[in-house]
Formats: sequence, C-alpha cells, structure tokens
Amino acid sequence: MIPASAFFILAALLFVLGVLAFFIKKDLLTQFMAVEVMLNAGNLAFLALAKTLGKADGQAIVLFVITVAAAEAVIGLAIIVLVFRQRKSIRTDDLKDLKG
Amino acid sequence: MAEYFWLIPLLPGASALALLLFGRRLSRTWVAWQASAAVFASVILSKAAFLHLARTSDGASGLSKTLLPWIASGSFSTSISFHLDELSAVMAVVVTGVGFLIHVYSAGYMAEDRNHSRYFAFLNLFTFFMLVLVMASDIVLMFVGWEGVGLCSYLLIGFWFERPAAAKAGMKAFIVNRIGDAAFIIGILIILASVGSASFAVINDAPRSGLLSAGLVTLVAILLFVGATGKSAQIPLYVWLPDAMEGPTPVSALIHAATMVTAGVYMVCRLSGLYAASVPASSVVAWVGGLTAVFAATMALVQNDVKRVLAYSTISQIGYMFIGCGVGAYAAGMFHLVTHAFFKSLLFLAAGSVIHALGGEQDMRRMGGLKKHLPVTFPVFLVGALAISGVPFLSGFFSKDAILTSAYAGGHYVLYGLGLAGAILTAFYMFRLIYMTFYGDERTPRAAENHIHESPWTMTVPLVILAVFSALVGLIGLPVFFGEKANLFGRFLEGVFGPAAHHLALSTETVLVLAATLSALLGIGLAFIFYRRSPDVPVRLADRFPGIYRLLLGKYYVDEAYDAVVVRPLVRGAELVYEHFDLKVIDGALDGSAAAAGLAGKGLNVLQSGLVRDYALAFLMGAILFLGFLLIGAP
Amino acid sequence: MISNVPIISFVTFLPLAGAILLIFIRSESVKTVRAVALAAALLTFATSLALFFGFNGASGLPEFVERASWLGRGLDYHVGIDGISLFLVLLAAFLTPLALLSSWRAIDDRVKEFSFFMLLLETGMIGVFVSLNLFLFYVFWEAMLIPMYFLIGIWGGHRRIYATMKFVLFTMFGSLLMLVGIFVLYAAYHKATGIYSLALADLAAISLSPAFQTWLFLAFGLAFAIKIPLFPLHTWLPDAHVEAPTAGSVLLAAILLKMGAYGFVRLGIPLFPQAAATFAPALSILATIGIIYGGLMALVQKDMKSLVAYSSVSHMGLIMLAVFSLNFVATEGALYQMLNHGLSTGALFLCVGILYERTHTRLIKDYGGAAARMPVFAGLFLVTMLSSAGLPGLNGFVGEILCFFGIFAANKVLTALAVSTVILSAAYLLWLYKRVMHGPLKDPEDKRLRDLDGRELIILVPIIVLIVFMGLFPGTILRKMDASIARYIESFRNKPPVAMTLNVPGRPAQEATTVAELER
Repeated sequence: MIPASAFFILAALLFVLGVLAFFIKKDLLTQFMAVEVMLNAGNLAFLALAKTLGKADGQAIVLFVITVAAAEAVIGLAIIVLVFRQRKSIRTDDLKDLKG
Repeated sequence: MAEYFWLIPLLPGASALALLLFGRRLSRTWVAWQASAAVFASVILSKAAFLHLARTSDGASGLSKTLLPWIASGSFSTSISFHLDELSAVMAVVVTGVGFLIHVYSAGYMAEDRNHSRYFAFLNLFTFFMLVLVMASDIVLMFVGWEGVGLCSYLLIGFWFERPAAAKAGMKAFIVNRIGDAAFIIGILIILASVGSASFAVINDAPRSGLLSAGLVTLVAILLFVGATGKSAQIPLYVWLPDAMEGPTPVSALIHAATMVTAGVYMVCRLSGLYAASVPASSVVAWVGGLTAVFAATMALVQNDVKRVLAYSTISQIGYMFIGCGVGAYAAGMFHLVTHAFFKSLLFLAAGSVIHALGGEQDMRRMGGLKKHLPVTFPVFLVGALAISGVPFLSGFFSKDAILTSAYAGGHYVLYGLGLAGAILTAFYMFRLIYMTFYGDERTPRAAENHIHESPWTMTVPLVILAVFSALVGLIGLPVFFGEKANLFGRFLEGVFGPAAHHLALSTETVLVLAATLSALLGIGLAFIFYRRSPDVPVRLADRFPGIYRLLLGKYYVDEAYDAVVVRPLVRGAELVYEHFDLKVIDGALDGSAAAAGLAGKGLNVLQSGLVRDYALAFLMGAILFLGFLLIGAP
Repeated sequence: MISNVPIISFVTFLPLAGAILLIFIRSESVKTVRAVALAAALLTFATSLALFFGFNGASGLPEFVERASWLGRGLDYHVGIDGISLFLVLLAAFLTPLALLSSWRAIDDRVKEFSFFMLLLETGMIGVFVSLNLFLFYVFWEAMLIPMYFLIGIWGGHRRIYATMKFVLFTMFGSLLMLVGIFVLYAAYHKATGIYSLALADLAAISLSPAFQTWLFLAFGLAFAIKIPLFPLHTWLPDAHVEAPTAGSVLLAAILLKMGAYGFVRLGIPLFPQAAATFAPALSILATIGIIYGGLMALVQKDMKSLVAYSSVSHMGLIMLAVFSLNFVATEGALYQMLNHGLSTGALFLCVGILYERTHTRLIKDYGGAAARMPVFAGLFLVTMLSSAGLPGLNGFVGEILCFFGIFAANKVLTALAVSTVILSAAYLLWLYKRVMHGPLKDPEDKRLRDLDGRELIILVPIIVLIVFMGLFPGTILRKMDASIARYIESFRNKPPVAMTLNVPGRPAQEATTVAELER
C-alpha cells in the first residue's frame, strides 16, 4: 500500500515543475502544456484526498476538471493557432498588446 | 347692469386673446373696430357700475365677485376676485374712457403699420391687465395686473423692435420695473406672513387691529412704495420712462401718461389705511414725490424731443400726486390722477398728431409755425397746456391746487414750496413747447412740408373729446369757497378715504389759489419772453451757464451714472467671475482632480507590462502569500 | 379604474418595450423607426394620464402600488406613486414624445439608436420616480445614465466627449457614495429589526443616531446635490447642455435635474430628518448663492444653451432653498416649481433648438432681429421666457410666490436675497431676447430664418397651453399634492428624536471618513 503522502508529494512536485516550466519557457505552446501539468497535479491531489477521506467528492471533481480541461485545451490550442497565423510567432515576449 | 361689472376687464382680455390668435387673418378695419368695441363695452359697464355706486354711495362695501379660486397652499390662499368700490370705479372709468379714445385714435395713427393686429392685441391686453390691477380685491391679484401692464409696456415700447433704441428701451423699462417689483414682492410676503390675508380690506385694517406692528407697517409701506417708484417712474427708478417714448405715441399717451404710470399712486391710495398709519412712510412718499416733481421738471426745460418733454412732465406730475398721497390728501392725489389722465393723454395724442403730420419728426428744433397747418391740433394742444400749467378754471388748476392746499394745510411748507416751484417750471416748459412747435418760423425741411396735413377724423375726434374733458373735468372737485359740498369728487371717495383731514380759513385758501395762479402765469410769461419775444435769451443763458445747461441737457447724467455704477460693474464683474472663478477655479479644480487621477494611472501603468509571465508571477506571489497567511494563521 | 391592472409597470416599461421593438426594425427605414418610437412614447403618455385621473390623493399614501419579490432579502420590485411623484412621472411622459418629435429634423444619423436610447432614458426616468424600494431606485437611477451618456456622446457637439465624460464621472461619483450609503442603511435596518428591507416606508420608520444620519445624509446628499446641481457642483451642467442634442438637453433640464431635488424630498429628508435639519442652513446658503450666482453667470454667457443652463442653476437654487425650508408651503411650491421649470426650461431648449436647426449656431452674437422673420416663434418664445421669469398669470409665478412665501417663514434674509432672481431672470432673459429676436435683421439675405412649421407648432403649443393652464388653475395640481406633502412634513416633524441608537461598529466610521475626504 503506497501511503497517501506519496501522492501528495508527487502532486506537489508535478505542480512545481509546471510552475517552473511556465516561467522558464517562452513559447505559448509549452507554457500551455505547463498549465496542463499543473492542472493534472491538482487532479492527482484531489484523487489522493478522495482516497484518504473515503469520499467520492474528489473523484467527481476530477472528472469535472478533466472535462473542462478538454474543452479548454481545444479553445486554448485554437487560440494559439490563430495567434501564430496572425503573428507568425507564439513567443510570449512578442505578445504584449495588453501593455497599458 | 352693474352686477356684470366683472366683465369690465374680461372683455378687452377676450378681444386681446382673439386678436393674438387670429389677428393676422382678420382685416385691418375689423381688428381696429373689434379692439375699440371691446373697450367701449367696458366703458359702458364701468359707467353703469360707477353710477350704481354713486346712487348707493353710503360707505357701502361696493361690488364684489369671486371668479375662481387661484393659488392655495397651506396658509397661503388667494382667489381671482374683483372688487369695485368708489376708488376703483373712478380708476376704471378713467382707464376705459381714456383707453377707448386712444383705441379709436390708434385706428387712424397706426392704420399703415404692418403689424396692426399685434398692436391692437397688445393694447387690448394692456387694458385688460390695467383693469385687473384696478379691480383686484387682493394684493396678489393686483400684482398680476401690476406685472401684466409692465409686460404690455415692454411689448408696446418695443413694438418697432427693428429699431435698436426701441428694443433697448423696452428691455430697460421691464428690468427697471422688476427692480421695484422685487421690493414689492417682499412687501407682499411680509403682509401675507403677518396679516395672513392678501385682501385689501384686511390689510388696510391691519395697523388698527394690531396684526402689523408700527415698524412693520412702515417697512411694508416703504417696500411697496419702492415698487411704485418703478411703476410710476419716481426717483430713483424713473430712468425708463423717458426712453419709453420710443413706443408709438398713442401707447405713450395711454400707458406712459394716463394709466399705467399712475398705478403706483393708485396702489398707495388703495392701501391708504396702511400709509395713513405710518408717518415715516408717508413722509417718504411725499418727499420722493416733491423732489421728483421739481427734479423732472428741470430736465423738461431743455429737452428738444416733444415726447421727452412730455415724459419728464409726466414724471413731474406723478410727483405731485405722491405729494398729495404723502400728506394724507389721497382724494386730492386721485383727483390729480384723473385730471392728469385727461390732459396728459390729450397732450400726447396732440403731439402724436403733430408727429404724424410731419411724417415722424419729433425734434422741436425742426418744427415751428405749425399753427396754421393744424387747425384742430393746435387749439386742443393749447387747452391741454393751459390745463397742465394750472391756469384757473381748467382741470389741472383745481387738482394741483387741491394738492398744494393740502400740503400747506398739513404744515408741509417746504413741500408746498417745491410744488409751487414745480408749477412755475411746468408752465414754462409747456409754453416753451407750444412756442417752439406752433409759433415762429417754419423750421421744417421743405420735403416734409408738402405733406403737412391735419390728421384723419379718428384722430381728431378723440382729441376734441379729451380737450373738452381736460377743460371741464376739474369742476367735479371744486375747492371749498365754492361751498362745502362743491367737491363732488372728494365726497364720492369719502367712503374709501374718510373725510378730509385739514380745513383752512377761507382767506388762507384764497391766498394759496392766487399764489398758484400767479406762478402759472409767471411760467407762461417767462416762456413768452424767452421763446417768443426775444429768442436769443435762452441761447445767451446757455452760454452764460454752460455747466448747468449741459447738466440739464444730459439729464443730470443719471443714466450714465447708473450704467457706470450698477450695470457695467455687474456685467463686467459677472464676466470676470465666469472667466476666472467658474471656468478656472471650480472647473479647474475638477479638471485638476481628473488630471491627478490620470497621472496616478500613468504611474501604476508600469505594473501592466503586457507580458503574460509578469502577470503569472504576480499571481503566483499572491497565491504563496495567501497560503502562507493561511498556514501561519490570521492574526 | 381597474385596480388590478399594473398601470405603473405599464407606464414604466412601455418605452422599454418600444425600444426592444425598435431593435427588430431595419435602421434604413427611418420613418418607421421614428413612428414606432413616437407611438411608444405617446402610448406611455396616454397610459400615464390614467394615473392622473385615477389618482385619489386623499390619503397621501402611495397609490397603484405593485410589489413583487425580485432578488429576495428585501430587494423587491416595489413601485407606486403619491402626490409627490405623480406629476414628475407625468412630466417625463409628456416631454419625451415632444423631445422625440423635436429631433425629427435635427437627428438624421443613426436614428434607430437615438430613438432606442431616448426610450430607454424614459423608462429610467419614470422608474426613478415610481420606485418605492431603495435598491430599485438605485437601479433606475444608474440605468438612466447609460442612455444619456450615449445621447450626448454620439449625437453631441464638438466637445461632446469631454462633456459626456464630465457628466458621467460627476454623477457616478455621487451615486457610488449613495450606493455605499444604501448598503450601510440596509445593514443598519437589519441590525435594528432583524428583517432585511429596503422599502422606503420601512426605512423611514426607524430612527437613526444623529452621527449616523449625518454621514448617510452626506453620502446621499452629495449624489443629489450633484444632480440638481447645487453650487459649486454645477459645472458639468453647462458643458453637458451645450454639447447635448436638443432632445437630450430638454430631458436633462426638465427631468434629470429634478431627480436631485426629488431625491432630497423622497429620501434625504425623510430618512435622515435630523441631519437634514442640521445641514439645512448650510445647504440653504449654498442654494441662495446658486440663485444669484447662476443668474449672474447667465447674464454673461455667449452661447444660448449655456445661458439657459446657468438659468437652470439659478432656478434649481430657488427650488432647493424652498425644499430646505422644510415647511408645507415651501415644499409644495418647490414641487410646483419643479414642474414649471421642467416645462419652461424644456421649452426654452426647444426654442434654442429651433433656432439652431435654421442657422447652425448657438452664439447670441450671430443672431439679431429674428422676430421679424419668425413672428409666431417670437410669440411662443416670449411666453416661454416669461414663464421662466415668473410673470404672474403664468405657471412660474405660482411656484415662485409659494416658494418665496414658504422660504420667508423659514428665513427672511435669504428670502430677500432670493427675490433678486425676479430681477436677474428678467435681465438675462430679456437681454437674450433683445439680442436674438429684436433689433435690425442680422442678415437680410439670410433666408434660413423661416417661421415655425406644423411639427414645431405641435411641439411648442402643448407646452405653452400647459404653462398658461398651470398659471391660472394651479389647484388642479396642488390639490393632488396636498395630502402627500402634509404626510411628508408630518413624517419628519413628529419623528421622535432618537428612539433607538444604532451603533454599527467600524464600517460606517470608515465610510464616513471617505465621505469627508471626498467632500474636501
């Protein structure tokens, strides 16, 4: 039996990896993947919690998150493709139209 | 018929409304006759009402009629109701009578004007408001008429509004009147607040019933009198009347001589209970009247415009009426009001006939020798001039004498002296006018002379009728040595004013009458010497005393002084405040705070780099802080 | 009158329905758009007449009350009218169709959007007057800003962006503080009674501690004072008026300004009577300054519209002075004067608009002698001006004399100062009239100055008729107001001084400092 804390540590590691990747990488696609990693780190934590607490809530949330993540991935990728078509670049340093 | 007295104002009012709405579609003749007929119907009704009152003259309360409730709110309540007693009946007869003659005269005088129907509509409207003023049973409704006549005066002075001078004069008249009216409103407010009723009967009774303390009576009386100085063109608010001569001449006759400008006198008489109860207020009335009488007369001495001479003369004569009211001789004041209405409207209309004959010329220096050209106008003008000068047995003689006698009898010797001096001046400037206009060489430019013609009958018939009245109307108010009961006019008004206060010995009266007669003759004689026998005298006098001459010709520069002291500083000050305070300080503070907010925004702008990673970093930091906060535990 | 028909909701939302209907009409069919908008506005007016004739007014309580749960917790849909609000609703319903009609020639760009916003504005205006729930009141109050923002911002003059920003920021600034006040009041009421309610009658029934009242009064009062506008918060008004299209100016002057005064009468004074009494002297002085200041500023304006705008400052000053006199006659006079000002100033803006349509200038110096070319217009313009100047026999006098009478009972010195408006208003209006209408014709060749056409007569004549009617038969209107105003006066006269002290810790004090800082 793997202890629950192991899952939490793994989730935390994955999350930190995601964060680091998000800040280190400069292209939108990789950053997007980093976000996905963080998301799934969260999922893992939820599942671990569901197991330790013996409740189904966590699993329900995970299913919900996966659904949302799927939709989000579709839209996110579509946006990235569109940005690339328009700008010929998906480097985040080039995309600063929101500068005030 | 007397019970329909409330129609007296309404008939001209209805006619005015009809003319305003449909006047432009009606024929010229119809317009003139409709307007005149409406006023004529009022003449008949007022005469009936007058006779009714004369028959039942036993101090009874007169005729009353409430038409409809008007403004009512809480303790404030007024209604539109008319009241006709002896005093208002006299006034109504004068207003409708003179008004009717002037309507008829106007039919001839204004026959060729483009805006004929507008003119008659305004004239009717004026008659309506004047009658409302006269017949109002409370002071708020009187104020309706009071402002209404002011409006009509504005409209009619500015009737030829294309002329800048006319437009300006109309505006000036209205605004100057409004200055007086502001004081009038405050007076009304004090009355309403203290007395609790606007009705004249209650107000006149207020000093006696103790509703108004002595101090308040004086304050109210003076405030209302300030309103009267505006309407009746007394010092210090007289300045609009001379300019008002820009209006058509019949208007000057009706509004600025016979009726509207005497509204102040009527108001003081209407509230005689109030004024009689306050010695200080009465003194103010008498002294303002006395000073105006002489002051205005001096300005009339040197004017060259026919109508302006008459305008200053009107100011001066109204001063006499106020002397009468101020010394407690209200009946005498009213008597002079009545006689003045006849002879002054006669003089104006006759002057109008002269102006008409000369195709619009008003400058006396370009008249002269008109006697033979104007066979009707000249004699009636002469009658008017004799009447106003106080030549015995014409109307002005009796009424002016009644005032001066009362002043003397009341112990106001200085006022009496002022009145006598004014009488000399009056006779002088009137005959100066006669000699310059009708006698001497013809100074009219050739072109105009070919057109010199007597006026049509619609103009001359009213002149003749007015002349007859000017000559004879004085006989209703004979002085005591024609018998104790000879003063029909005074006795008629006893129900309103009470019996006359002072009686003089017959010998004293005789001396006073002689003095008045002599001063009139003196004035005429001087005018004869100056302007008929040796016309170089005035020129030499003017050369000898250039300062005085210019001061008089410049009308003491009162207009200029008002302009420099009141009008221009006010407008210039307002401009400065607008430019430097409103736009710069108030608005500047607002724009400044807006700019400050903008700057703050610029400063914070640094945070918005537009880089996703910066935002994410901020987000991360926030999340860590928040988590840390949770872990450590809230303080 | 059938009692179960929700007339008020009809009156309030008919314009909105018309606006929604407009969405489905093609923008190109300008005539249909105009006709539909006008029809909606006219139908609203016709329905509002049912309110007038059905209104009893004997009890002084709101009538035609409709109440339905909306957002729960006291945020109800709760409407009704009493003698105070009835005529303001009527005024809004009366003037909107005229304003729409007046823009038939002036507005030919984006007519559909214009009509849409006008109708939206009408719903907002009427909604403010009929709301009996504070939250609903606030919703309408804010909703009204949006269409006005677009009306000035899109169809305005050259400096329209500046003017509209100023207008919106000013009013938003005030109303945000009011929103805070509403929340505080909401919490306070709950704390005191255990019930959630924002119904005006409920809120007026509790007594708040004086300090608490003070801060709330300031929060509400600032919003109202800006709207009125009270000196020295008036500078947005001339800008907004000058830049707004005629129809916008008309409604801005006639209705929107009244909301400030209405706010004081409906909320500011009944809810916080002691604070109102404390601040009345100071506000009265500001109002008096406004009367004279507005009059003097009007005297020196070069633009006809800003002249009329400053005259509004002066007139609204008199109305506020009367409101703060806190007695029956003054309040009734103030309400009557609000209607008069709505009619006369609305008509003045219409007149200026009529001139502007012909010559495309609002500068006084570009005119002269117009009366010769436009005699009918000259007459109607004059009557409007005289109404504004308070000539007896016309409506303005009735309101003015009642105001003066009421103010006199409260403060004699201020009355004497306020009476100067009689002189000032005559001066600036007649001087304007002299320069624009009288004198020689500025340009005899100018054929553009033609007299009124049928449409313009239809706009002006109803207002003139009302001006005369209200001058002669004020009882028709005053009697319907009496009971409500008596009730209003009673409500704060007989309120026990402090029945229950509410100490709401922390928060109100913080709001309070914010208010104080912003006040500075």
